[in-house]
Amino acid sequence: MEHIISLFFRSIFVDNMIFAFFLGMCSFLAVSKNVKTSFGLGMAVTFVLFVTVPVDYLLQTKVLGPNCLIEGVDLSYLSFILFIAVIAGITQLVEMTVEKYSPSLYSALGIFLPLIAVNCAIMGASLFMQQRINLDPSNTQYIGNVADAVVYAIGSGLGWTLAIVLMGAIREKMQYSDIPKPLQGLGITFITVGLMAMAMMVFSGLKI
Amino acid sequence: MSLFSKQNKEAFINPLNLDNPILVQVLGICSALAVTSQLKPAIVMGLAVTIITAFSNVIIASIRKTIPMRIRIIVQLVVVAALVTIVSQILKAVAYDVSVQLSVYVGLIITNCILMGRLEAFAMMNKPWPSFLDGVGNGLGYALILVIVGAFRELLGRGSLLGFQLIPQSVYDAGYMNNGMMTMPAMALILVGCVIWVHRAYFYKEK
Repeated sequence: MEHIISLFFRSIFVDNMIFAFFLGMCSFLAVSKNVKTSFGLGMAVTFVLFVTVPVDYLLQTKVLGPNCLIEGVDLSYLSFILFIAVIAGITQLVEMTVEKYSPSLYSALGIFLPLIAVNCAIMGASLFMQQRINLDPSNTQYIGNVADAVVYAIGSGLGWTLAIVLMGAIREKMQYSDIPKPLQGLGITFITVGLMAMAMMVFSGLKI
Repeated sequence: MSLFSKQNKEAFINPLNLDNPILVQVLGICSALAVTSQLKPAIVMGLAVTIITAFSNVIIASIRKTIPMRIRIIVQLVVVAALVTIVSQILKAVAYDVSVQLSVYVGLIITNCILMGRLEAFAMMNKPWPSFLDGVGNGLGYALILVIVGAFRELLGRGSLLGFQLIPQSVYDAGYMNNGMMTMPAMALILVGCVIWVHRAYFYKEK
């Protein structure tokens, strides 16, 4: 239980997808223009993570790992292709669900909904999960069973949502500030994210 | 159609400056930031992305007429994933220490938006040779930014380039200190922000 709680908070604050690993920057920069759409995309990403990471965990431990399917064969070099296929399939499902139940969110997210499939945060979470299976069980980052994988996925998703909502809020305010012309738009956004990342470094010293 | 006609040249030259994938198209930011704390992984990553972009562009361009529109994303992803698997295995065999340093970011080339962006925008409607040039150009444009940011971060953060100590010991004795901040992830963002600033101010004029 203790392990699950520390894994959860660690993946939100310390191992934050945006501020520590820069995963999912493309859609982060493009969609964070206001809080409402940011929150919608954050939730979509969290949901896709919540489904894909446990599925990929099972694939990795039951099918791809050493000695799983055939004795003496390590199939883990196939993991890239299998993971991306799972992610693309599930994104398609989410897209159809959102289109049916929330057309307004669907049109607001536009091209970025199908692009969740190539959002690095999703693929990144699966690849980090693959690395963390081999860690020492006493490590707070260790992922040892499906419950850990689910908690890690939700934590990373919420961390991503937190980052994009904060960024959306800042950018809404920033529209009224006087910025040098060449720095407007992309440049100032990068520098703002950098300063936010510096602020988030406060958490990296926490022992949880 | 000569091999280096004006159009082909443009497909190669433009991504290096005026249509740079990172600075102007805003693609492939994630890996650009994460691997640049030293120069060596930045160069390896740039080369890997160049090779993969070039060859996936060629493959997709040569089979573009047979791909059904509805499932093109999946086809593109499979081609890219196969190429990335090959490159990652080669890296593990040839340069193991760099592949450990790059960790998950080699696998994340699959989800690098430069690849999908170029496949969708260029390779799906052009012949293989111009697509190859476009892929190499975009890959090099990406590598260029990685090398600039990587060089700054390694020089200021560790006082070395490619592992060779550049700043002599006597300077440290006189009171100079490495800027540890430069090795932190946050500085990568701010440096890229500054590169964009300079680029917008001197090279790139918005219409």
